Amino acid sequence: MSETVAPLLSLAHISLSFKGVKAVTDIGFDVAEGEICALIGPNGAGKSSLLNVINGVYQPQQGEIRFAGRSRRAMQPHEAAVAGIARTFQNIALFKGMSVLDNILTGRNLASRSSWLEQAFRLGRAVADEEAQRAVAEEVIAFLRLQAWRHTPVGQLPYGLQKRVELGRALAARPRLLLLDEPMAGMNREEKREMSQFIREVNQVFGTTIVLIEHDIGVVMELSDHVVVLDYGRKIGDGEPEAVRALPEVIAAYLGQQRH
Amino acid sequence: MFYQESGQFSTRYRQDGRALRLWQQRAALWALLALAFGLLPFIGNDYWFSAILIPFLVLSLAGLGLNLLTGYAGQLSLGSAAFMAVGAFASYKLQFLLPGLPLLLSFVAGGVVAAAVGVVFGLPSLRIKGFYLLVSTLAAQFFVEWLLTKFAWFSNGNESGVITAPPLLVAGHDFGSPAGRYLLTLSVVLPLFVLAANLVRSSLGRNWMAVRDMDTAAAVIGIPILRTKLLAFAISSFILGVAGSLWAFTYLGTVEPHGFDLSRSFQVLFIIILGGMGSILGNFLGAAFIVLLPIVLSILSGSLLSGVLPAGQLENLQKIIFGVLIILFLIKEPDGLARLWQGWRARARLWPLRF
Repeated sequence: MSETVAPLLSLAHISLSFKGVKAVTDIGFDVAEGEICALIGPNGAGKSSLLNVINGVYQPQQGEIRFAGRSRRAMQPHEAAVAGIARTFQNIALFKGMSVLDNILTGRNLASRSSWLEQAFRLGRAVADEEAQRAVAEEVIAFLRLQAWRHTPVGQLPYGLQKRVELGRALAARPRLLLLDEPMAGMNREEKREMSQFIREVNQVFGTTIVLIEHDIGVVMELSDHVVVLDYGRKIGDGEPEAVRALPEVIAAYLGQQRH
Repeated sequence: MFYQESGQFSTRYRQDGRALRLWQQRAALWALLALAFGLLPFIGNDYWFSAILIPFLVLSLAGLGLNLLTGYAGQLSLGSAAFMAVGAFASYKLQFLLPGLPLLLSFVAGGVVAAAVGVVFGLPSLRIKGFYLLVSTLAAQFFVEWLLTKFAWFSNGNESGVITAPPLLVAGHDFGSPAGRYLLTLSVVLPLFVLAANLVRSSLGRNWMAVRDMDTAAAVIGIPILRTKLLAFAISSFILGVAGSLWAFTYLGTVEPHGFDLSRSFQVLFIIILGGMGSILGNFLGAAFIVLLPIVLSILSGSLLSGVLPAGQLENLQKIIFGVLIILFLIKEPDGLARLWQGWRARARLWPLRF
């Protein structure tokens, strides 16, 4: 990582509390363009809260978020989506009544240029627009090997596939920054390996910068370029995976304090 | 199975995005259209037009209006009849204020006024959901009914708010006969169904369903929640408004505000619950059920029990049977008639094999 290139995402002094309960305290870190950054830490460390701050679901009380050269006090969800931030959720947040294809197409909603009147009459830009979005959605479907379930309602799919569809919906937006909240939670080894493969491919093929939360340290060490460790809402480690693993604070947070 | 779908593959995205993917489905639709436009007007009698076909078509359209809002965009409403009333009275008043306004244009204008009112009463949906929203749409229901009864201006000075339809002239032709009113209704209802079917398969329709299924996720992927919900209220109310105009002009001819009371709203709600939420076909099925079942029941009870029970009790008995049938049906198939039809088709595809 060169020091001259400005980071894609930079958080500074972020503090977030809910009615006095501090979730995140004075956290700052940088994510370079094109890297895979892992957020790790014990349960309740504030990892999901931090993702929610990055894409505007939560507004922090203090701090500054700098994304793609623009500095903000806080993000709004819509603003984040327009700026090129997409995400998946810890508990799958798919549109259950819609097919796989339609779910992925919703990820293209910001790219749609035709007005609803054109869509109702199938006139003007509507037809070409719909085909253009469909073509992108099909690329995503092919990339994630979801062809067989294109028209299946997502509510009927098994858990692992739903996770994949959710990744697809995020990818359809062609984001610059992809936030993944526990993309491998509840998966077996085989599914985890598959998902890791997809994440790495997204990063390498599309050049998408990725921030992910993961509990499986093995996966984290293998996948990420950069690890940020949180504990009780504070940052206790930040750096390359091997370096972070050796930090005494990190070992203490994961294995408990050594008795003297 | 009486038709083959094998060998029919979509080779273009446009073909895959069609509402009716098989040529047999499209042929059936054209045959139905030919029947509705070419044959029925000549063979139907006045009773069929006035008591069955016209209310069936108008209620299908009203069901469509509510279905876009509730079935697709997930916003509960008990104000359907209010938006129908706004459409009916606005069309009537505009006909009066602008003499020479073409009839069809006054339907559209009535729909536009209803859409504006719908947006106003849709504003609470930005803050409240589910049953609480349902209660706030009740406000629309009671307010509109009160307003139209209270101020005689809306009905050109009639004390009880009764309005009477003007002559039904379109491009110089009088559509006042039962067959003419049927054709006029059909020609207004079908295009609106086509537009709605287009919408729900487009970007806006997907945004509606996304807001319905999980609005936080919808916001995160960049769907403008406010705009999407208000458009649902506007388009839904437009369609309900046109349905209201048809109800007043082509079905009843004379209508008062109480004709659009809460029980009408419930009727429209039953149509989409019975027909199927989030289904275009379901609106026709639900409306057919609501219109036909009471008629069938009255014929049956008239022929079977006419001497056995007094007429008043017979009527009550019909209502009881109607209610019980709805309950039984919903236990058997909570997703409505459209779902039943789908399931039947899926079984018929494999018949006589079971799997």
